[in-house]
Amino acid sequence: MISIFYLASLALIAIGLYIVISKKNLIKIIIGINMMDVGVNLLLISIGYVYGGTAPIENANYAKYVDPIPQALVLTAIVIGVSVMALALTIVIGIYRKTGSIELDEILEVEE
Amino acid sequence: MMWDFLMHNSPALIIAVPLFAAFFTPVIGRFSKKAMYAWVVGAMIFTEFLVLILLYTVYTYGTQIYVFGARPYSMAIPPDSGGIPVRIIFTVDSMSVFMAFIAATVGLAGAIYSVACEKGQSGQEKYYALVLLMIVGMLGMVLTGDMFNFFVFLEINSLASAALVSYRINKGVSVEAAFKYAVVSAIGALMILFAIGILYGEYDALNMAMIASRMQFTTLDKIAMALILVTLAMKCGSIPMHFWVPDGYGKAPGAISAMLVAASQASLYGLFRMCFTVFGLAASHITLGYFLIILGLISMFVGVTMALVQHDIKRLMAYHAVSQTGYMLLGVGVGLATWGTPAFSQYGFAAMEGGIFHIINHAMYKGLLFLTAGAVIYRVGTSDLNKMGGLAHSMKYTTIFFIIGALSIAGIPPFNGYASKLMIYESVYQFNPLLAVIAMIVSILTLASFVKVFHSAFMGPKIYPDVKEVPKSMLAGMAILTFFIILFGIFPQLAITYLVQPAASALANPIGYISRVLGGGP
Repeated sequence: MISIFYLASLALIAIGLYIVISKKNLIKIIIGINMMDVGVNLLLISIGYVYGGTAPIENANYAKYVDPIPQALVLTAIVIGVSVMALALTIVIGIYRKTGSIELDEILEVEE
Repeated sequence: MMWDFLMHNSPALIIAVPLFAAFFTPVIGRFSKKAMYAWVVGAMIFTEFLVLILLYTVYTYGTQIYVFGARPYSMAIPPDSGGIPVRIIFTVDSMSVFMAFIAATVGLAGAIYSVACEKGQSGQEKYYALVLLMIVGMLGMVLTGDMFNFFVFLEINSLASAALVSYRINKGVSVEAAFKYAVVSAIGALMILFAIGILYGEYDALNMAMIASRMQFTTLDKIAMALILVTLAMKCGSIPMHFWVPDGYGKAPGAISAMLVAASQASLYGLFRMCFTVFGLAASHITLGYFLIILGLISMFVGVTMALVQHDIKRLMAYHAVSQTGYMLLGVGVGLATWGTPAFSQYGFAAMEGGIFHIINHAMYKGLLFLTAGAVIYRVGTSDLNKMGGLAHSMKYTTIFFIIGALSIAGIPPFNGYASKLMIYESVYQFNPLLAVIAMIVSILTLASFVKVFHSAFMGPKIYPDVKEVPKSMLAGMAILTFFIILFGIFPQLAITYLVQPAASALANPIGYISRVLGGGP
């Protein structure tokens, strides 16, 4: 059951990596990084998931709790992912103002 | 009382002081620029002081652990946790504090140098805040003993570095270099997080010592190991993954290039830490050792040959940084390949010492060379060697500093590059003579390349009549690094006894590291 999550997260990471490698548009590259981020976060969350478990707060109706540590990790990783995105987008704005383009092959002609 | 407080809490304060200073810098910068300079330099001097205290503590009392949120702060495993270290633990052994010393010293020199160099720029508050954050990232990476914490500090470091590379945003190429650096380091950090997820899923732990002690070395572990090692090799700029280095180092402001060298070395520390401590007990030493040796050889040779043809002063130095990283990988790789065999005590340990000694020497002389390149660009306004010339007439001190740095990187006595390169040659020759011969050829090519730079930038007729010597604070930044170059060059035994040998023996002793955290050891 859980292996579906693993496969999905691996697929997200692979798709994201493919986008980063193959696309020439800077915004699309950032979207690719974000997809990888989501994939890794999904992997972390699904490692800590217990089937039928509930949030790790004392509750008489449930016997199983999910692992809270991956959730804390993912919260941190989401924040870091957002800051990476924000920085990358800022840099893209800088590139666009300087060169008037966000396509990699056009930027390389403008360089120097 | 005060002394005890500083001594016990120095691992936490080393992170807390620059972090607090970083977020307070823009506030002070609102009121007075002079107060801001004093604040930043003061924070860096205090951090350096704390690092020296920690250096003394670790040298005297052995590996220190600092557990955040625990009382007493040295209680790694709470009695009710079932033998699992639940909190974030800083494990500071001699290797960590050695790297922290490098990061703090280069950071201090960079901060002092920036005061004059960036005076005319706008957005200085953000610049200094990011500089301090970058130093926090480096110091955190080398002090932490927790995998996830390592990832967080790696990201702090990469984000601040990428933002600083793009600081000269009015020049389009620097923004493009920053985008490359940001993308590469973001993907690298995600791969490390992926590997951390795998390791956590298998061993239920994030602490490096705990993971190392539970290591089964299954197929999943091999995947995690490959992800972590390749990413860290990329972040330290070894050859097949070096493409961001010439752009990143070459386009950043002078002080930032020098600090990027120290940041790459924090990643190099991560690579060695993972190879020795986390995976070292389970994985094959021969395979890992040859991985490092081959990376080192390719980096050394390709880096220097690429550098010979460059005509941009900072791009040339960036390729030399790649080439010099190869020496460290070679030295420590030979140590790892012979680890556990009788050869280790014969020459393997000496090779490790040479590689580790080269880390600090490289940070000092390459930092100095980048600072002199920054000084030249500050006065001349171009980084193209073909357009420079005759600067020795008017920039006397910069020329002297450049000569010292260039002789040191080429391994000429009595400077520090000679001391560590000789240790590497001697020990690697016993491992395989061919490797030592290649290392010597690379050293000669390095000298050739720097003779070219010296001749085209500083010799010849006076092309720029109105160039003056750079301001005093820039010279002070260079002088700090020169002091260590000459000190370690004339008294290498001083550095080896107090810094290098403890670091090498700490790195070669993962069982001591693990038992210090998990209890049962000194």
